[in-house]
Amino acid sequence: MQWISEFLKYDFMKNALAAILIITPLFGILGTMIVNNKLAFFSDALGHSAFTGMALGVILGVSDTGISMVVFGILFALLLNYIRSRNTLSNDTVISVFSSVSTAIGLVILSRGGNFSKYSQILVGDILSIRPSEIVSLLVILIITILFWAVAFNKLLAMSVNVSLAKSKGIPVRRLETVFSVLIAIIVMLSIRWIGILIINALLILPAASARNIASNMREYHLFSVLIAVFSGVLGLVISYFLNTAAGPTIVILSGTIFFITLLTRGIVKQS
Amino acid sequence: MPDIKERGIQEDTRQNVRSTGKISGHGACGLHCIKMKDITVRDGDTVMVEHVNMHIHCGKVTVIIGRNGAGKSTLIKAILGEIPHEGTIEFTDLRNQKAESLRIGYVPQHLNVEKNTPVSVYDLFAGYISNIPVCLFRPKKLKEKIIRQLEMFQAQDLIDRQVCDLSGGELQRVLLSIACTPAPNLLLLDEPVSGIDKNGMELFYKKIDELKKHYDLAIILVSHDLEFVERYADEVVLLDKTVIKAGKPREVLESEEFAKAFGSGRHAW
Repeated sequence: MQWISEFLKYDFMKNALAAILIITPLFGILGTMIVNNKLAFFSDALGHSAFTGMALGVILGVSDTGISMVVFGILFALLLNYIRSRNTLSNDTVISVFSSVSTAIGLVILSRGGNFSKYSQILVGDILSIRPSEIVSLLVILIITILFWAVAFNKLLAMSVNVSLAKSKGIPVRRLETVFSVLIAIIVMLSIRWIGILIINALLILPAASARNIASNMREYHLFSVLIAVFSGVLGLVISYFLNTAAGPTIVILSGTIFFITLLTRGIVKQS
Repeated sequence: MPDIKERGIQEDTRQNVRSTGKISGHGACGLHCIKMKDITVRDGDTVMVEHVNMHIHCGKVTVIIGRNGAGKSTLIKAILGEIPHEGTIEFTDLRNQKAESLRIGYVPQHLNVEKNTPVSVYDLFAGYISNIPVCLFRPKKLKEKIIRQLEMFQAQDLIDRQVCDLSGGELQRVLLSIACTPAPNLLLLDEPVSGIDKNGMELFYKKIDELKKHYDLAIILVSHDLEFVERYADEVVLLDKTVIKAGKPREVLESEEFAKAFGSGRHAW
């Protein structure tokens, strides 16, 4: 057990562990409905728009670019939703256009004068640099998500199955879609600095995707998704400490491994 | 505070379901009328459906037929309130001429449930009739209510099955139970028999007939199945952007308008 005390010797490791214990269940929960509602590509685009959010913060001289990222993320999600609802282009095309344009704008602004390396940390994230105040904001968003789930989960599920049927049962589909995408935007933007643009979507999707392989109802789906997310998060952090690797990608490798294990064993698990 | 929808189930259960799984109720009073006046739907400059007028009474099955692109699904969506339309839809109690709010039960053509989706029949059902998050709890009372509702369509054994693994006929029975919870005034079925074998179809039509006789509701069905139209429909509406012929099944199927719409007549479809 000596390794535990060695691991928790440093305050930054304690902070990182606390952050992981909040982010991973949050992603585990949120991922289930992102996958069910086919929003994986949407959350990916949101992640990429973080470049522009950060760049706008730099231009406007905001002291904490986290704020400009969240504000831009929300606007991005609302605009994207509006254009998708117009139904003039196919979904993946619209999302792709938004994703590439916002990445490009962000990169152009941030790379002015050859300064991009200063910001490149956002690509892979750095969970070890998280501060207690930032952990508190993650905790607040976790609580908000759980409350939203308690109130609106059934409606989100109904919406994912058939929009017309949901509407016929009086579910406010458009409004709910908007609230859900704003929530995704806030969560992605609040956690992207610690997880990184390149891998945030993997962390959102992989636990839910793995859980789908072995779950046969919504309760199992959530339970497995949260367990897989927390397990790979904590183990990934510990491994990254001892191997001296970046925490985010290490966690993703673990989640990916679990995904393939569940994929291979799903026949056995479901039959039993 | 009890949920409005849950109260609906209680009403339903009292009114219509016995543990034998048979539908039993007081039957249609024939005194409720749904009037659609001048329904027009536009998509930009294109007119999808125009000047549709229909009177539908409870206890009657009205089948909408028409070629592909005739606006059948658009009309259904307009009735559901999913797409904006001109004109009015009124639901009136003929005994006192009072307008009431219309409760629609809808059975869609298909569900957006891919293989391997961990949604059980219980999850699907509870998602529509309760606010208790299905990802956390499964209250015994709610489960029993759902089983009772499923029994109406002999689907009670499916409660723990995954929706993506159901056959066409099984899924349809589940969807019908959902559409009938709480009991609707109008049941809308959009081509509900696609992908179902002959036996399943027969069972389905019998169930619709039973519903019509025992429930106080009107049924609108979009169908391509001529055999059914002749045997079970009370009214047939031939649609081609607007109503081009309406009346008793034989009247419509033997009309000139029908022959024109479907080329050489019945055999063309």
